[in-house]
Amino acid sequence: MATKVPLNDPMIDPRTGEYAVIAPGHNFKSVTQKIAGIVLTSNTPLGWFFGLMLGGAVATGVVIGCTWLFLKGVGIWGVTIPGAWGFAIINFVWWIGIGHAGTLISAILLLFKQTWRNSINRFAEAMTIFAVVCAGTFPLIHVGRPWLAYWLFPYPNTMNVWPQFRSPLAWDVFAVSTYATISIVFWYVGMIPDFGTLRDRATMPFAKYMYGLLSLGWRGSTRHWIRYESASLLLAGLSTPLVLSVHTVISFDFAVAALAGWHTTIFPPYFVAGAIYSGFAMVLTLAIPIRKFYHLEDMVTLRHLDNMAKVMLGTGGIVAYGYGMEVFMSWYSASHWEFFMMWNRMFGPMGWAYWILILTNIAIPLTSLWSRKLRVNVTYLFVLSLIVNTGMWFERFVIVVTSLYRDYLPSSWGTYRATKWDYMIYVGTMGLFTFLFFLFVRFLPMIPMSEIRMMLPQTKVKRGGSDAASVVEERV
Amino acid sequence: MPPREGIYGLLAEFNTPTELVEATEAARHAGYRRMECYTPYPVEEAAEALHFHKTRVPLVCLLGGLMGVTTAYLMETWINVWAYPLNIAGRPLFSWPAFIIPAYEWTILFAGLSAAFGMIALNGMPQLYHPVFNAPNFRNGATTDKFFLCLEAVDPQFSLTETRKFLEQFPAVSVVEVDH
Repeated sequence: MATKVPLNDPMIDPRTGEYAVIAPGHNFKSVTQKIAGIVLTSNTPLGWFFGLMLGGAVATGVVIGCTWLFLKGVGIWGVTIPGAWGFAIINFVWWIGIGHAGTLISAILLLFKQTWRNSINRFAEAMTIFAVVCAGTFPLIHVGRPWLAYWLFPYPNTMNVWPQFRSPLAWDVFAVSTYATISIVFWYVGMIPDFGTLRDRATMPFAKYMYGLLSLGWRGSTRHWIRYESASLLLAGLSTPLVLSVHTVISFDFAVAALAGWHTTIFPPYFVAGAIYSGFAMVLTLAIPIRKFYHLEDMVTLRHLDNMAKVMLGTGGIVAYGYGMEVFMSWYSASHWEFFMMWNRMFGPMGWAYWILILTNIAIPLTSLWSRKLRVNVTYLFVLSLIVNTGMWFERFVIVVTSLYRDYLPSSWGTYRATKWDYMIYVGTMGLFTFLFFLFVRFLPMIPMSEIRMMLPQTKVKRGGSDAASVVEERV
Repeated sequence: MPPREGIYGLLAEFNTPTELVEATEAARHAGYRRMECYTPYPVEEAAEALHFHKTRVPLVCLLGGLMGVTTAYLMETWINVWAYPLNIAGRPLFSWPAFIIPAYEWTILFAGLSAAFGMIALNGMPQLYHPVFNAPNFRNGATTDKFFLCLEAVDPQFSLTETRKFLEQFPAVSVVEVDH
C-alpha cells in the first residue's frame, strides 16, 4: 500500500510508509504553544462566535419544545399505542451510542497502547459527555412527568416506594448515570495537568485564577505523576467494561421485551458495535472541521483519520453481520411473527427506512472504506461520517418503530408519525451539542498537551554508561 | 512538620529528561533522600531514580469497587425482598441474576470515583500553594518544556553551599534557592 502514496511527503514515515501521528519538527514548547494558544488567545476567531450562536439558536428548539411539552404533556409527540416509543427513545439510543466512541478512544485504545489516540482523545471524551447530556434529556422528558424523574433513583421517601430491580429500565438508570459520572471524572482527571499548563501560561488574571483552581495546584511532581498515571490506567480499565455494559443494558431495554424484532440475543454485541460505529463517525464529523479551522493538521494527521476509518470499517462489518443475522434468524426461527416482522420491516409501509439504513450504513461505507485513497480523503470522510450518522439514526428508527407498530394482533396495529415537536426537540439537541462543543474548544484544552509531549522523540531518556542498575539499592 | 520559613530547597533546572534523571540518580547515590522531580509529562525513569515505585491508588480503587458491589447488591436485595416486595410475573423476590447488573455498574462507579479522588487525595491536592511556585523560573517551564530537580532543605545532608556545588556539576540551566 505504501508504494501508492507520494514518497516525498514529509508526513509519511519512510520506515513504515504510514502517515506520521505528529508532524516532524515539533518540540515540547511548540506543541504547548499551539494548543494552549487556542484557549488563551485574546482574539477569538469570528467563526467561533458564529458557530456558537448558530448552535445556541438551534438549541432553543430544545427549550421551546420542552416548555410546550411540560405544559401539554407527551401527547404533543407522535407517540401513541402501539407505537409508545418514538423519537425520544430513538434519539436517546442514537446519542448515547455516539458517546461511546469517546470512551473507546480514551479507555480501550489507551489499554492497547495505541498512542495515536492521544491527539483525538480529549475532544472525543468531550463529545461523549455532551452526547450523554443530549441523550439523558430524552428519557427524562419521556417519563411523562419529568418533575418526578428523581423517582427513578432509590432514595428513602415517605411513600415507601422503591425501584424494581428486575426491570431493564431500572438497570438503565444505573448504567447511564454511572457512565455520565465516570466519563466526566475521567475527562476532568485527564485535564488536570493541562490546567496546570494553562495556569502557568495565562496572562489574564481571571484566567490564571480559574485555571489555577481547576488544576488543583498541579505542579508536575514525579510522585504525583506516578499516582496520576496509575489512576488514569485504572479509570481506563474501568471504563472499558463500563462502555460495553452501557449499550448492552440499553439493548436489554429491547431484548427483554417479548416482541418480535426485539427479543433477540444478538442485541448486546450488535448495539455496542453500532454505537462505536456511529461514535467514530461523529468523531470524524467533529475532527475534520476543527483541525482545518484551528490548523491542527500537525497533530490530528491523516493517520488519525485513516485509523478511525479503519475502526469504522471493522465495527461496520459487525453491524452488517448483525443485520444479516437478524434476517437469517427471522427465517431460521420458524416463527411466524418473526418472519412477518422482517417482511414488514423490509417491504411494509415503512420499508423505505430499512433500505435507507442498508444504503447508508452498509452499502456506501463498507464498499468504499477499503480504499486507502478514500480513507485519507478528508472531504470524502466528512461526507461519509454524516451518511453513517444518518444511517445509525435510521437503524434505531427501524428497530423502535417497525417492531412496535405491527405486533402480534393485527387488530391492534397502528402507525407512527413524528410531529413537528419531535423534530424540533431532536434538531434542538444537535444545536445543544454544537453549542457545548464550541464552548469546549474555546475554554478547555482540546488536545491533551501532556500526552502529546509524550509522543515526541525528545521524550526518551537516553541512558549512558552508568544506569539505574549500577546505583546501589538503598532503602530509607 | 517542616519549618514554614526560610529556605525550602534548591531547585535545578534541566533542558532534557536525560539530564534530569542522571542528576537525580547521582543525588540519590550521594545520599540525598528528600527530593522531588518536576516534569511536564510523566517520566518513569525519574520515579525509578527517586525509588518511588509503589502507589496506593490501586488499593483505594479496589476497596472502592468492593464497597460499590456490596452496597448495590445489599441495597437491591433489601429493597426488593424486604422493603418493597413486588410480584413481577412470578419471579422470585430474590432475583439474584437481575441484581448483578446494577451492582456491576456501581462497582465501576465506586471504583472509578475512588481511583480519581484517591489519586487527588494521595497527591495532597488541592494544594494551591507550594514553595516551588516561588522559584522565578518554575512556572515558566515545569508545565511546558523544562525538567526540575528539587533537593529539599529538610534532608539531613542538605547544606546550602555543598548542595549547590553538588548540583552545579550537572549541566543544569540554573540552580536557584526556593523560599517557603
